[in-house]
Amino acid sequence: MANMCPYGRFTHAVVRGIPESFGKAGGDSRKNGETSVDLAKAQRQFGCLTGALRQKVGLQLIEIPSDPELPESWRIEDVAVIQGDTALITRPFKQQRRSEAEAVRKVVSELNLTVVEMGAEEGDSGGATLEGSDVLFTGREFFVGISSHTNHRGAEVLADTFRDFAVSTVPVCGGARLRNICSMGGPNTIIISNSDGAKKTLRMMEQLTDHHYEVLTVPEDSAANCIYIKGPSKHDFLLHRPAEECPDSASAFQKLQDYTLLPTACSEASKLGASLSSLCLLINRKHTYF
Amino acid sequence: MTTEAGSETEVKEKAEESAAETDQSEKASEGAQEVTDAEGEDKEKEKEKDGKEGKGIARYLPTWLKKQKSQSQTSPTKEEPPKEESNSKDTQEEDGPVPEVNGHAEEVEEKEAVKSDEVKEQEAESHSTASADTEPAKEEKVQESAEKSPEETVVTEEGEGVEEEKKEQEGEGEKEGEEGGEEGHTSIFQSPLRLVRKSKMKLVVCRVTLLDGTDFTCEVEKRAKGQFLFFKVCEHLNLMEKDYFGLSYIDSHEQKVWLDPTKEIKRQIRSNNWQFSFNVKFYPPDPSLLTEDITRYLLCLQLREDVASGRLPCSFVTHALLGSYTLQAEVGDYEPDQPRPLDNVGQLTFAPNQNREMEEKIVELHKSHRGMTPAQADVQFLENAKKLSMYGVDLHHAKDSEGVDIMLGVCANGLLVYKDRLRINRFAWPKILKISYKRNNFYIKIRPGETEQFESTVGFKLQNHRSAKRLWKVCVENHSFFRLNAPEPPTKARFLTLGSKFRYSGRTQAQSRVASSLIDRPAPCFERTSSKRISRSLDGAPMIRITEATSENGGDPHLELHSDSKVMEVDLSPGDAEATPTQSLEASEPAPSQSPNRVHGDNIYVRHSNLMLEDHDKTQDEVLKHQASISQLKRSFMEAPPPSPPQPNQWEKRLTSSPAPTIRIQQQQQVESAPQAEDAPVAENEISDTKEPAKTAEVEIEETVVVQEVSIAPKPGLVTVTSPQEVTVEKEVVVTVETKEAKQESVSSESESEEEAEYQPNVSVSICHTQILEEEEEEEEEEEKKGVSVPDAPSLPAEVEEEPEQKNNAEEEIQAKSNDDPITTQATNGHSLPEDSAVAPEEEEEEEEEEQEEQLKMNGVASVVEAEPRLQVICCSEPPVVKTEMVTISDTFAAQKTEIATKEVPIVHTETKTITYEAAQLDGNGDGEPGVLMTAQTITSESLCTTTTTHITKTLKGGLSETRIEKRIVITGDCDIDHDQALAQAIKEAKEQHPDMSVTRVVVHKETELAEEED
Repeated sequence: MANMCPYGRFTHAVVRGIPESFGKAGGDSRKNGETSVDLAKAQRQFGCLTGALRQKVGLQLIEIPSDPELPESWRIEDVAVIQGDTALITRPFKQQRRSEAEAVRKVVSELNLTVVEMGAEEGDSGGATLEGSDVLFTGREFFVGISSHTNHRGAEVLADTFRDFAVSTVPVCGGARLRNICSMGGPNTIIISNSDGAKKTLRMMEQLTDHHYEVLTVPEDSAANCIYIKGPSKHDFLLHRPAEECPDSASAFQKLQDYTLLPTACSEASKLGASLSSLCLLINRKHTYF
Repeated sequence: MTTEAGSETEVKEKAEESAAETDQSEKASEGAQEVTDAEGEDKEKEKEKDGKEGKGIARYLPTWLKKQKSQSQTSPTKEEPPKEESNSKDTQEEDGPVPEVNGHAEEVEEKEAVKSDEVKEQEAESHSTASADTEPAKEEKVQESAEKSPEETVVTEEGEGVEEEKKEQEGEGEKEGEEGGEEGHTSIFQSPLRLVRKSKMKLVVCRVTLLDGTDFTCEVEKRAKGQFLFFKVCEHLNLMEKDYFGLSYIDSHEQKVWLDPTKEIKRQIRSNNWQFSFNVKFYPPDPSLLTEDITRYLLCLQLREDVASGRLPCSFVTHALLGSYTLQAEVGDYEPDQPRPLDNVGQLTFAPNQNREMEEKIVELHKSHRGMTPAQADVQFLENAKKLSMYGVDLHHAKDSEGVDIMLGVCANGLLVYKDRLRINRFAWPKILKISYKRNNFYIKIRPGETEQFESTVGFKLQNHRSAKRLWKVCVENHSFFRLNAPEPPTKARFLTLGSKFRYSGRTQAQSRVASSLIDRPAPCFERTSSKRISRSLDGAPMIRITEATSENGGDPHLELHSDSKVMEVDLSPGDAEATPTQSLEASEPAPSQSPNRVHGDNIYVRHSNLMLEDHDKTQDEVLKHQASISQLKRSFMEAPPPSPPQPNQWEKRLTSSPAPTIRIQQQQQVESAPQAEDAPVAENEISDTKEPAKTAEVEIEETVVVQEVSIAPKPGLVTVTSPQEVTVEKEVVVTVETKEAKQESVSSESESEEEAEYQPNVSVSICHTQILEEEEEEEEEEEKKGVSVPDAPSLPAEVEEEPEQKNNAEEEIQAKSNDDPITTQATNGHSLPEDSAVAPEEEEEEEEEEQEEQLKMNGVASVVEAEPRLQVICCSEPPVVKTEMVTISDTFAAQKTEIATKEVPIVHTETKTITYEAAQLDGNGDGEPGVLMTAQTITSESLCTTTTTHITKTLKGGLSETRIEKRIVITGDCDIDHDQALAQAIKEAKEQHPDMSVTRVVVHKETELAEEED
């Protein structure tokens, strides 16, 4: 179908700067209380990530300026799900995050994407919540993790938006997000953590899919979130957590043949439950219709 | 009197004929002058006739009125002779043609002649048999003649010429009939075989809606199998890779059902409406592997419709892209100098929510396809369509174990479970060990996963058992087609392993691919009809005409609504070329995805509302009239007593959702109008029964076979254990039970026939060994047990109460039965013989047994009259709601069964039939001695679930002990299994199991869910 092409072809990345209010999100008591985050370090890491995307991978980078009013706005992945030329503006679980979408909406519109509003469609009564970090798009289908932040209704809206694709719901255990435990590691490869919860999710994914995926298992949860991009030069890039952050998993990435591995630190963001992919939205504006 | 009744019948016929004709003539008048002539001729004849009989006005009276009149006017006995005459007239009619056809040989195509001949012959046959002067038989006659015309209409639809000719013959036949009926009478008696043989050649017109929206009309023999029609269509389409396709029809519940190629069409469609559509049945996962472009083209057409109707959901971009390929394939390269390209696009339907934006996008993409040939565009279309997640997924509404609404999708890979649009589970074929259904439950047994130890079974609830069965069938077929190298042969009906024998019968995908690789012909030229249509429609839309004409031709009032809407839709978009096929298709064939919703709660009225549904050969109109007559009677009745709960209107609509009131009405009505109205429906149904063989044996049959083996240990086979009294009691009991059952059936939708079947896909190798296990039907079983073990005297009165509502002789019989005296019973049974003989031959035809067998039965009937040892005693009892029949045949073994046409009371679909086959009572030894019960043991085999064996050992007078073994075998299935054969097999095996015992009684309790054809 029109939108079907192997996973990984991206031309643009949209990111949003780390605000000064980083780590001071009111509602996020889970990690905020105990862990102190280093704003400067977070910003440095953010800079490394955007640098890698732009210079190493060669994507067009669009950076939305940070907004101190929106302490979690850097987790831009959550506010939109983009596939092909359709962008679904999601309805994050937290009320205060919903205004983060505005800037993103503007950007994706400028990129000539068809914007689908989840909130608009639903009204506030619908109760649909969906965050991008619970959505794994494999190039062939969507998996939506039913988590603390994403519900079935949200998944239905997503399914309604991306009608070409099968949208399967999978359970996500232990308060995690789907993308915390897995990510795409190639057009046909899913990188997934070795934890019990992740295994359970993987089993479900395997049951639900019509396709066959290679599975790269990594021992650490945090290592499972990578960013795979097939750059304009048709070269495979994998942004992954560096060995110092995930010592046990470093060797696993070496299994990926002919990849350019780009270790990218993300320790500060991960303290807030985020990961590499949380920091960017990847867009493909070069459509190759079949 | 005599003439009057006779003429009435005639007139009725005529009136209906002319009514039918009007339809015809509308179409005919378009160009055929001759037809008009013929019509004129006909009318003249009619007038002539009317004049003769002084019944001109009667022609214009509604049929039911006349019917009623004739019935009320004449007492049964009085009516006898006139009927006889009308009969003879009809007989003449059919007899006359024989020489006459020869006479007309030059003008009349032989085929047609034979055909028209047949119609009459068939009915004549029934008349001749009816002449055994019994009331039911006589009623048959009336109905028969009434029914005749619709049947003819069906036949005549095919062409004006035929009609004309037939009319001619008919007229002449009628005239002759008036002169000398006797001859005809005799000649029929002489050659029943010939008649039967001839009737096999009856042709019916099938209308098949093709994928491009056009109709293909062809004639098939009335008893042709689905395959025949399918091949005809494929031949017409020049299609060789036909395995991916199939014919479907809309069943009485507005569900799209695949026509089983291995079975007779008539048995499946169960309606007058021989309307089918040609569709893709198995969507090839990789269309590029198809060999021929024409196959891909047809697949494209199907997918275009799927996409445009929303059945195959896709995104905006995909809609646009697929649309652009469609455009490229149909109109060729984008022409930049075309003034308003969007106009062209706007005429085509690409998406359910097509808008300007999409059309612009389509045009934009169309530009990029420049130079692409139609075939290439099709390939591209398919390459994109095949990746859609819902490609080839056949969705079925269901509920999960928690009652949550879900959708089950059957596809090439397995079974998908959706909740709303979300995929929540998936069972790939290799993971599925067994697929089965029971009642409205659908089960899949799952292969244990790596970590699991045990296989698990997942159950889903479907709306009703029909949907469960449909889903099961689709699963069986899809699994076989996509997973097997060769279809597995249908399992032989074994003892205790009965059930649906249904298996996929066509070639599998693997076989099909091999076959297509061998296709050695130049790529066939085919016309892209849609594009052709574009030009035509732009010329001034003659196609609208065509559609109209077609719908007009339908001749089936049933369809008229549809066709109306079709026309309307076409009118709305006169220039819309692509839309036309799609819309008209939609109009006549609701998208499967929608229909399940509509059918919600169906099972209630399906079972209990009536429907004349029996009367296949009747037009809906007629049936409605009949219904009206009943409701009128009912109304008139209901005015007298205090208002009863049920609403007449509801009743009329036959949509009564609460069964109980319906029954009550029915009963009341019957009580009230016993001599009049009751006769009509009963007879009518009876006839329709006999006319439409398929019906009773059709789709949903639940059969309970009780094989009672009685034997005495010391003198096996010599002493008859069954005491007559016992027999009688048992008989009663059975009847009672049935009545109860029947009531239950009609009262609670719960007791829907529990059909079930299992299918075990064994995917590992190539060929699957599938086994059908039959599960016991507990309810049924219980009831049966109750019936036999507890001679249920108290429930008898209930039955007797109902008797008055039944037909006279049925009444007699039941009363007789309620006597505990076996002799009386026998005697009464004897009385009912004539009826039997009247009904039997037709019934036989109904059962579609071999002609020889039929002959045999005819003989059998004769022998009955002669009271030979091989006595067939048949008595029929009829509870008001459900037909319950009790047939006792002494000294008759299973091999020689006689089935009795059941009389139908319109309202309920369930047919309960009990036939008892009883060994001759050798001597009086066992009589009268109940004996002492020593042991009684009941073994119910759970695993295979069909047999309950009860050993009863008794001590008899002489110190002998007698062991009776009662076997209760439940054969559940549908039209897929040959019940008779299964029964015979079961009995045979039972005999083999106990060689030293003799079978003394076989009670066949047959419960059929009759054709439910409402709407």
